[in-house]
Order: sequence, then structure tokens, then C-alpha cells
Amino acid sequence: MSRAVTLASSLSWVAFLVTLPLWMNDLYFLHVLIITGIFIVAAMSLNLLLGYTGQLSLGHVAFFGIGAYVSSLVSLGFEIHVWGETTVSLEPKPVWLAMLVAVMFAGLCGFMIGKISFKVRGAYFVIVSVSFAEVTRLVALNWLELTQGPMALNNIPYLKLGIPGVGQIDFIGKLPNYYLVLGVAILTYVIIRRLVRSRAGRAMIALRENEPLATSVGIDVTRFLVLATVVSAGLAGLAGAVYAHYVRIVDPDVFLFIYTVTMVIMVVTGGKGTLAGPIVGGLIFGILPEVLRGFEVMPEIQWVVYGVLMILIVYFLPEGIVPALRDAWRRWAGRSGTPPARPTVVVEAQP
Amino acid sequence: MTALDTSTAPAAAAAPGAPALVVTGLSIRFGGLTAVEDMTFEVNEGEVLSLIGPNGAGKTSAFNAITGYIQAASGSIVYRGAPLLGLKPNQIAAHGVVRTFQKTSVFNGLPVLDNVLVGLHLRARQHPLAIILGLPGVKRDEARLREAAWDILTLVGLDGRAHETAASLPYGELRLLEVAIALAAEPTLLLLDEPVSGMNPSETGAFMALLGRIRARGVTVLLVEHDMKMVMGVSDRVVCLNQGRIIADGPPAAIQRDPQVIRAYLGERYVRARG
Ligand SMILES: Nc1ncnc2c1ncn2[C@@H]1O[C@H](COP(=O)(O)OP(=O)(O)O)[C@@H](O)[C@H]1O
Ligand SMILES: [Mg+2]
Repeated sequence: MSRAVTLASSLSWVAFLVTLPLWMNDLYFLHVLIITGIFIVAAMSLNLLLGYTGQLSLGHVAFFGIGAYVSSLVSLGFEIHVWGETTVSLEPKPVWLAMLVAVMFAGLCGFMIGKISFKVRGAYFVIVSVSFAEVTRLVALNWLELTQGPMALNNIPYLKLGIPGVGQIDFIGKLPNYYLVLGVAILTYVIIRRLVRSRAGRAMIALRENEPLATSVGIDVTRFLVLATVVSAGLAGLAGAVYAHYVRIVDPDVFLFIYTVTMVIMVVTGGKGTLAGPIVGGLIFGILPEVLRGFEVMPEIQWVVYGVLMILIVYFLPEGIVPALRDAWRRWAGRSGTPPARPTVVVEAQP
Repeated sequence: MTALDTSTAPAAAAAPGAPALVVTGLSIRFGGLTAVEDMTFEVNEGEVLSLIGPNGAGKTSAFNAITGYIQAASGSIVYRGAPLLGLKPNQIAAHGVVRTFQKTSVFNGLPVLDNVLVGLHLRARQHPLAIILGLPGVKRDEARLREAAWDILTLVGLDGRAHETAASLPYGELRLLEVAIALAAEPTLLLLDEPVSGMNPSETGAFMALLGRIRARGVTVLLVEHDMKMVMGVSDRVVCLNQGRIIADGPPAAIQRDPQVIRAYLGERYVRARG
């Protein structure tokens, strides 16, 4: 696909999504899109690890949940007893700051998990990531003083942003949050796209494809796997923070294993290691349950449809939907196209 | 300007002929098996040194130890004054020591051009934050790297294949791509492990010409190869290894006449046949 076609299709997609609430004023459907969008951001972040570096993180929801809890706690403030009479307390902070702290904290957790588990990889990383998610869930469940445990954190403030010239925007309710999620999703997409088309992303892909060869040309395995984990964890944390300030109540169920599984399914069916894969997979598995509900399908049958669809996709399109479509497009376009030769690029003067 | 521009001198600062790689008393063991025993040799700046020997002699093991893929049991490996022992392969590559693999090894799923771009990793100047922020310097660097990648593909004669997936290349071209990836890492010492094995005579001839172009850039080459015509044709010096020990070290003509080498490498039958 030529660059112009790609750009035109991206722009029309964005235009479609931006104008969608103007002609689609079903608030419930908007809610579904917001939640789907948040899951897509999380799935895109997982794709960086699972698709580009080839590391299976089965505890990815931990970073999402950490983002949700940290952002909630920083915006609500807290006071905890650490030792006897010694207490640590934090005054409530603005939500934008809380979200920033959440992203950084999730990224830091990603850094530590990466450092620990990439010494030995493969199955070991799977185990470390799953255990980490379970530990975070247990902390959220049992550290009552900080997290309220199963009683959940309530009345989480919503995001307020003062934009010069526009005034203050309150991200409360469906419409503003729809645009917030859309903005965050585009930001996430752009960051991951920049990464995978750079030296760093090529290093990640090279490690996935052929690690001994990658190291032979100077690629530092640990450095780039940790970088991928940090960015991935930070973006998952961002998704969690957006979620927390949208639904405004967070309980330990945000750490449930099923959410990791959902993200993995979105990435794998859409096409791991492709930019559009998690979006396509996310849209299918985010909106499908609602479509089925619309047809008044019983929940049990819904799950069966869900499962069967996933098996069909993985069986017939093992690489996922996006790579299959891309190959079909190439076959179709390749019949008439001539192979491109060396482009005559004028390299700009070096500073 | 790319580093492979023929008009510019390579990074080599050292005088031609001075020792570049110095291997002293190198021993490699796999459990009870001694693959390499007390191996001592030097590779001089700018020369092509061939390491020959029958299968199982320990040539690949020596390569693996020099490039950090296996740990030596004892000995020392010094390149341009820097000890390499204990370094990781990527750190050794940063010292300018880059190898190819005996078993064909490319990034199968990537286009040929991207294979070379990966090889250019150490030449890229892109900080992770600059990448994420989309700073213009990253874009400029990418354009520069693409230019360098095309130059390398042209050098090895694969520019016509740039957009094909590596896995779809015929065998001979795969072996060229391996060398292109290694060259992209800007080696000052290039280790080639049986680069022409499985090639037909015309492909081998083309490869020898490429080797000439590589050394014309001042790249020092350590070559493991079974094709004697090639070894004798391109080498300044030959080291012969047998059962983990060096049995001869000298210019090609002398090695060809060395009775120990003939016995070990070409077999007793060959010695008898020559009378
Ligand atoms: N990873 C390994 N584990 C055990 N033995 C090995 C390993 N690599 C090589 N060897 C043994 O070491 C000896 C030297 O092998 P190698 O270095 O591959 O020889 P060459 O490259 O000269 O054919 C052989 O006997 C081989 O079986
Ligand atoms: Mg070998």
C-alpha cells in the first residue's frame, strides 16, 4: 500500500471516530466504545511485548490495575500506618498529575519485572508475570487501609483539564470520556508505531526473529526487552488510569486473570506484531458481546459464540486477521505492480 | 557519508600488519570433551587469515569463544588491546568484531533491506525518548541508515532483492545476505564461518570477488573454509587446526606442502596418492 493510501485511510478512520458521537447518540453504545477503547489501548501495549519482542506476558493486567489504583489513590489522597505511630499520608492531587504518576509507577514496575525475568526468559517470564499479577491482586484485596479491599475505592474524581483558549474541560460522563479514550488510543498507537519503526523496534523484532544473530551485530538483549516492558507497562497503566477516572470506582477485580486473557485474545486474533492487529481484535471482541446481547442471546451462548469465533480465527488465520488481509491485498496488488527499486532519497544535511 | 564509502578509510586506526587479534593459550571444553586445546595465534591488521582443519577440529568453537557465544575454559583473547574474554556477544560486536554463522542465519521473516537495517544497529543514533517524542533527528537518522543499507546491498549485489522477504531468497543469496548483515555492523575484524559451503563454483567465484572488495576497505578477515581453492586464493596466511590443536601456521604455499597438514586435513590416502 502506498504511503498516500495509508495516510488517507488513517485520516478517514480518525474522522469517522471523531464524528461518530454526532450521529450516534446511543449513550449505552458510547459506553461500550469507551470500554472497548480502553481495552484496545491495553491490547496495543501488550502487543509491543507479545507481538514485537515475542515475550508472552500473562500478567499484563497487573500494569493496568496498578495504573488504575495508583491514579485513584493519588487523586483521592491516603493515610497509612507503616510502623506503630508512623504514618505516611498524601493530600489529594489533581487528576492529570495522578495519571502521570500512575504511568510512571506502572513503567517502574515494568522495569523491575523486566530486569528480574529477562535474565532467564520464555516460560520463566510467563511465570513471573502471572505471579506478579496475582500478588498485586492480593495486595489490593488485603491492604484494607490503603485500598479499602473488596469495598473498593469510591468517588474517584474525574479528570479536569484547563486548556488555554478553551477553558476547563470536565471529563465526566460519556461524551468527554469517549474523546479522551480516542485521544489516548491515538497517542498509544503513534508511540508504538514510532518505536517499532525505529532502531529500538527493529532490535526487538530482531530478538524475536533470531536472537544469536541479533546479538552478533551488537544488539543488547536485556536493554531492549526491558525498554519494551517499560513502555508496554506504562501504556497499560495509562489505560488503567483512564478507566479509573471514567468508571470512578476501582476494586481488586481489575486484576482478574480473565482480563489478561481477553487482551491476549484481542492481540492474537487481530494479528500480533502488526500495528492494526490489536485494534481489529479489540473491536471484534469488545463489541461482539454487545451485539449478541442486542440479539438477546443468553449469556452462556454468548460465551460459546465468543469461544467458537476465537477458535475459528486462530485455526483458519493463524497469523491473525490483519496479516491475512495484508497478504490478500499484496497478492491482489502484486499482479500489476512492478517491484520498487532504490528510492532516490535526498538525505538532509546532518546538523 | 556512510562508513562503507570506499573513498574514506575505515575506522581502523591501527597500522597494517600489526597484530589485531591475539589469541593465547585458548582452551574450550564441553564437559569431558576438549574441543580446542592451548590454541595460540594472531590475526594481523588488514590480512585475511584462514583457519582450516577437518570437521570437528574446533574451528567453530574457536569462533564462538572469540565472539562471546561460549566461555573459554582458559586462555586469553585480546582485540586491539582490549580483552574480549567474559564480554557478551553484543559488547564484542561494539569492539568491531563481528561474525557470521556456519548454519545459515538471517532474519527470515523480514525484508532483505530490513535485515541490513538491523545490522546497522550500532551505527544508529536514536535515543528511546527521542523516538517516542518523534523528534526530527530520528527521521534523519533513519534516512541515513536506509542509504547505508542500500549501499551495503549494492556492495554484495542484493539491491535487486531489497523488498523480498529473506526466507524467499535462494541459498546463494542468503549467504550473501548474512555477510551484508555482518558488514552493516561495521566490523574491523570479520569472522566468516564456511561462507561458501553449498555454493556452486560461479557463486564461489563471485564471493571471492566480494571478499576482495571487503578487504579493500581495510577490514581484517578471519575465515573458516573447506574450499581449498578459495582458501589458497584469498588468504595471506593459513592456520591449520586438528583435533583442537594448531598443527601449522604459515603462508598458503607452505601450508599446502606441509606433510602434517596434508595428513590431517586431506587424509592419508591423499598423501599416498601423491607418492
Ligand atoms: N555445544 C557443544 N556441545 C558439545 N560439544 C560440542 C559443542 N560444539 C561443538 N562440540 C564438539 O566440539 C568439537 C569441535 O566442534 P566444532 O568447533 O564445531 O568443529 P569444526 O567447526 O572445526 O567442524 C566437536 O567434537 C564437536 O562435536
Ligand atoms: Mg564448524
